[in-house]
Amino acid sequence: MTPVSKIMDEELVRRAVIRIAHEILEKNKGTENLCLVGIRTRGAVLAERIQRAVAAIEGVDLPTGILDITLYRDDLTRISHQPIVHETCVDFDITDKRIVLVDDVLFTGRTIRAALDALIDFGRPECIQLAVLIDRGHRELPIRADFVGKNVPTSLEQDVKVVLSETDQQPDQVVVVEREGE
Amino acid sequence: MEWKRHDLFDLQDLSRAEIELILETAKSFKEVSTRDVKKVPALRGKTVVMLFFEPSTRTRISFELAAKRLSADTLNISASASSLSKGESVLDTARNIEAMNVDMIVVRHKSAGVPKILADHLSSSIINAGDGCRAHPTQALLDMFTIREKLGRIEGLKVGIIGDILHSRVARSNIVGLTKMGAQVTVCGPSTLIPIGIEQMGARKTYCVDDVVAESDVLIFLRLQRERQEEQFLPSIREYAQVFGVGPERLKKAKKNVVIMHPGPTNRGVELTAEVADDPRSVILDQVTNGVAVRMAVLYLLAGAQR
Repeated sequence: MTPVSKIMDEELVRRAVIRIAHEILEKNKGTENLCLVGIRTRGAVLAERIQRAVAAIEGVDLPTGILDITLYRDDLTRISHQPIVHETCVDFDITDKRIVLVDDVLFTGRTIRAALDALIDFGRPECIQLAVLIDRGHRELPIRADFVGKNVPTSLEQDVKVVLSETDQQPDQVVVVEREGE
Repeated sequence: MEWKRHDLFDLQDLSRAEIELILETAKSFKEVSTRDVKKVPALRGKTVVMLFFEPSTRTRISFELAAKRLSADTLNISASASSLSKGESVLDTARNIEAMNVDMIVVRHKSAGVPKILADHLSSSIINAGDGCRAHPTQALLDMFTIREKLGRIEGLKVGIIGDILHSRVARSNIVGLTKMGAQVTVCGPSTLIPIGIEQMGARKTYCVDDVVAESDVLIFLRLQRERQEEQFLPSIREYAQVFGVGPERLKKAKKNVVIMHPGPTNRGVELTAEVADDPRSVILDQVTNGVAVRMAVLYLLAGAQR
């Protein structure tokens, strides 16, 4: 895979997270009943960052959970071996809460579909909103994001790579890479 | 690591990395059983058959719950209530079941090697739920999971297995699995109930219960299998209880944080007394809870592999 272009650096990622935090607070008119749930792995990291940003703005620590959607994937019977399952950790009751689901890249929408199913098995939230760092288009399901860090038009031959310091041990950045012939 | 196996016969076949993958995966599945909605859709549309030629409560229910919590459909067949009592062979029964398009067969049989024979002739995933005195891999996996949960590791631990080693598939699978994971296993029991050559599996042996109780980090008690005592291995159950049974007096010599285990069903007053079974250090019921998570992990991993 060869990098095509760097579309976000550390500074841009930081500002996007802060802006998303502000937008979440504005849209929900504060922090009442608000909870964050990040999708493993990078969505969970972003959810924690949004939690810290909200704490800095409002002085409130939002309950934050981590969702592993492996068991809810719609392609489990079609791939050659089982993906590794990691722990899900949502240790608060989501019933009647306003949930903001957080992921790094919104693409086909299938991950979000799986996450919605997984969440609803935990209870009946008042509403679920979606925050993503990158929306790269090419939806295969009727799903849209409520909060977007950056819209990035891509082709299907490209991949979007989100690098976060917590998971990748290098400075934050988002790059678009060309997929080599499959 | 990528899981490639389609069947589970014995821990002997698995590498340490494969055992670790099962134990790690089980950790994630344990959380599912604590939810309000105890179900994930991972095996939706798959059919899991419990084909039990020997009586079982715990293992069968545990597998059944595991399959159900993964959204698979389950079917229970026990030998007494099936065509087996009309003289049909094991393989024919299994072939007929498979002809109805099932995906996985969990089998228990009194003869060693039956799961392997089924796998040679069928395309379903075969899981060994106990074959004769040979192997009971998911029991050993759940024991290892429980030990890791309680003590944080397996490597370097001293594990004592006390009781009827000769007839115990649980002991054999545990010796294989625990040794592979770096533990040192010592078996203990009357000389008539310790098989010749057990050292070749990697275990030490002793006939002195007090030694094994004093030095072990983990004590696994085995049930004296009365149904397999047709030959005279013991003068009497009472004598066994006196010489090899562990009660509160004997347990005083054990390490302070010893982990007390039993695969069940327990015969209170024979291999261990009620006080020992109910001691705060006893994890007998944790083993049962963890059994479901470990079997979910096994079903999930095997379901994805191609033969």
